[in-house]
Amino acid sequence: MPYLLKRVINSVLLLLITVSFVFFACRMIGDPALNMLGPGANDIALENLRRAAGLNDPLWLQWVRYMGGLLQGDFGVSYRYGFSVIPEADLKDIGVPVVDLVAERLPATFLLAGVAMAIAVPLGLGMGVIAAAYPRHFADRLVTVLSLAGVSIVQFWLGLMLIVLFAVQLGWLPTGGYGEPGHVILPALTLAARPIGRIAQVARSAMLDELAKPYVVTARAKGVAEWRVILLHALRNAAIPIITMIGDELSALLTGAILVEKIFAWPGIGLLIIDSLSRSDLPIIQVSITVVAALVIIVNLLVDFAYRIIDPQIKLGQKA
Amino acid sequence: MNKPLINVEGLRVEFPSKRGAIAGVQDVSFTIESGEIVCIVGESGSGKSVSAYTLMQLTKFSGGWVADGRLTLESGSGSEINLRAVDEARMRTIRGNEIGMIFQEPMTALNPSYTIGWQLAESLQQHRDMSRKEAAGRSVELLKQVRIPEPERRLKQYPHELSGGMRQRIVIAMALACEPRLLIADEPTTALDVTVQAEILALIRKLRDETGAAVLLITHDMAVVAQMADRVVVMQNGRVAEEGPVEQVLTDPQHPYTQALLAVVPKLGDMAGKTLPEPMETAATTEYHIDKPLQPGSRVLLDVKHLTKRFPIRGGWLGRTVANAHAVEDVTFRLLENETLALVGESGSGKSVTGLCILRLERPDSGEITFDGQDLLALSDEDMRLARRDMQMIFQDPYGSLNPHMSLLEQVIEPLRNFNLETGSALEDRAAELFDWVRLPRAFLQRHPSELSGGQRQRVAIARALAPKPKLIIADEAVSALDVSIQAEVLNLMMELQAEMGISYLFIGHDMAVVERVSHRVAVMYLGRIVETATREQIFANPQHEYTKTLLAAVPTLDLAHRAEKWELATKPPPSPIHPVGYVPEPAHFQKVTEGHFVLRSGAGSVDERRYGP
Repeated sequence: MPYLLKRVINSVLLLLITVSFVFFACRMIGDPALNMLGPGANDIALENLRRAAGLNDPLWLQWVRYMGGLLQGDFGVSYRYGFSVIPEADLKDIGVPVVDLVAERLPATFLLAGVAMAIAVPLGLGMGVIAAAYPRHFADRLVTVLSLAGVSIVQFWLGLMLIVLFAVQLGWLPTGGYGEPGHVILPALTLAARPIGRIAQVARSAMLDELAKPYVVTARAKGVAEWRVILLHALRNAAIPIITMIGDELSALLTGAILVEKIFAWPGIGLLIIDSLSRSDLPIIQVSITVVAALVIIVNLLVDFAYRIIDPQIKLGQKA
Repeated sequence: MNKPLINVEGLRVEFPSKRGAIAGVQDVSFTIESGEIVCIVGESGSGKSVSAYTLMQLTKFSGGWVADGRLTLESGSGSEINLRAVDEARMRTIRGNEIGMIFQEPMTALNPSYTIGWQLAESLQQHRDMSRKEAAGRSVELLKQVRIPEPERRLKQYPHELSGGMRQRIVIAMALACEPRLLIADEPTTALDVTVQAEILALIRKLRDETGAAVLLITHDMAVVAQMADRVVVMQNGRVAEEGPVEQVLTDPQHPYTQALLAVVPKLGDMAGKTLPEPMETAATTEYHIDKPLQPGSRVLLDVKHLTKRFPIRGGWLGRTVANAHAVEDVTFRLLENETLALVGESGSGKSVTGLCILRLERPDSGEITFDGQDLLALSDEDMRLARRDMQMIFQDPYGSLNPHMSLLEQVIEPLRNFNLETGSALEDRAAELFDWVRLPRAFLQRHPSELSGGQRQRVAIARALAPKPKLIIADEAVSALDVSIQAEVLNLMMELQAEMGISYLFIGHDMAVVERVSHRVAVMYLGRIVETATREQIFANPQHEYTKTLLAAVPTLDLAHRAEKWELATKPPPSPIHPVGYVPEPAHFQKVTEGHFVLRSGAGSVDERRYGP
């Protein structure tokens, strides 16, 4: 399908622009060697690094080399990871490949975001659909209140309350950490509150719109059972705004779980970015931002493809 | 004695409102015999749809409930089914199975996300327990029955790939799927072009003859009633005003409301032998004073030459223009002072775009537009804005064209403010004067649009258009959305204003009977071209172009003698107005029939020669 190819190529171009922007931005906020080694570094170490990393070359050459490295999977080296002050040793011995650091964190981020969405999508969707099927009914009002609460609740307060209740009082789940299946539940619940609320809100209003449309009357007049009217006829047409919202929320989970990772000591990419920022560890920041940008672009690409599967008018490229 | 198929007695349906339950319909009784076509006719809000929807318990989905009355369906074996009492599960075996339904808007009555085949099969699988394969076979049969070409291919298509007329036939096929004994058709042709309407009505009659199903047809159009009905139920304000066989109701109406309704229906041929437009007789309390004949002047007010407008269709990597939709193609006409020129045609004919081009709300690609001696296309944007003072527009939808958050006063004086014509208290005086003209109480000036009915809103739109004392009003389907009695009043108002103020109208419309009533001259448009232009008398008495003849023949009339006429079902979609970049259509070449009567003799390309060629 040429459209698919076009979108993929556009996404790759967008990613290249983002990576380049981050590259130049990181080189504009001061001496990169000093940033990489930290304020305690001595002149010899700095000069060694500049020579080793080619920082004395013209900027465009550095950019070409950096991009070439990225294409080969070489994301650079962090000299400061695990140290507060650079020891006066040979740089070759202490450098940690950044790609390893990020790769180590990604599974944790994926697991957390995945579990949170696995909770949020069915729950939010179910709440929204039920509310729309029984407008102004008690269920509808309950959903309206709950979804508003989910959207507006303060994350770190919710996280702490969950810890107090399930970890401290009841002792069912650990307060934090990573590795066991039980570890993921509380942070995922904390993260799911907002997507549940927003998906429920969007699903409710989209379903109300669809259920008021003439084709729903047609379906009812055909003698179609009400569950089919709601789940097959209306929900499919309401899917586009709902999927858009799911994509937005997934992007947010992949990039912005920092607070929750901090509360539950969850070793995700958000925590890595925060730690690296506080140490001005540029190579890590650079790569983390690139990875996060790539994830968001991929999510958007998937959402776009989902539109095409759902809406036949978009598929044929002749939206009325 | 045979029981009727449907028996409704003393029906009362209530709806919730802020002030408690209100009756949508009350004391409604009628019967439908097997194989009979019964028309329920009435204006908006008369309760005609509610009465029909109640038969399938569909009103409950919009909050209504049956408060009183009996509704029965003959079960086929002589016993009666109480439609009021059956539960939802039993009702579902009646909906789509015993009673099928056709809706007004074929554009939205089909689910856009599923194929035609899926939607047709759904009710077959539900009621007939068919396998997917059997359902597909039956679907092809149904599509053939409603005369859809290439039925196998249609099953895989989505609704948006089909024209409005095709979609309405699909809806009919869906309603027929399980061979219902009653077909309810709710304004099935109101949203369709007149030639397509003729096809669909002919189809419904043909299907009634073939299947023996009774038809309950809901309509606002007396001419449709005349063409279709065996018996008629006239409804007004939720009650039955009159019921009887069609001959009796149409030729000898007993109820004053029926008489009034029949009086305001514009009838094709009413104006034969008259050269000038005339107001209609209405039963309304407002009277119109048109003393002088509506004689056009001699000075040319608007001169349009070779107007062409194309809309680019973009595609490819960089959004280049890959083709052009030829909306208006080499259109030439003149409008005199104090004259009404009707631009008639079906959807997609380019008549509205022509109107927008004259106001330069769309920029034409080429051509000349001279208005009151000024070359409009040469004006700067600011000069054009000032020129619009003399040319105002009235749109079709009075609900959309008024700002719901502004008082009527503010909306009516807005043009005066825009052109600095009045200031201070003179503004309000002028607004009051305008409301007198359009016969709205001055007290309404402080109201907001939501407090007005559709007809009242359209009067406000007219008052607003009149405010800067324009020389030309472009009325784009200005009466199409109105009930017939309101339509008659608005048309009379427009004619009175022409007599008093010497306004010229470019009257864009599709209803030939209305056009015959109001216009001095007529230009018929088809696929962006004017195919015939003449005085009103010439066009209606002696149409020359094939398309004009088709259009006139398609108009349903009140004449009961003409109803047997067969209408051929077109199977070809209308030709596409989309052409590749660089395509140069032939210039328009007209042949003179008589003085002032011209017919297009060229224009291959835009005008489909196979159907309406010279």
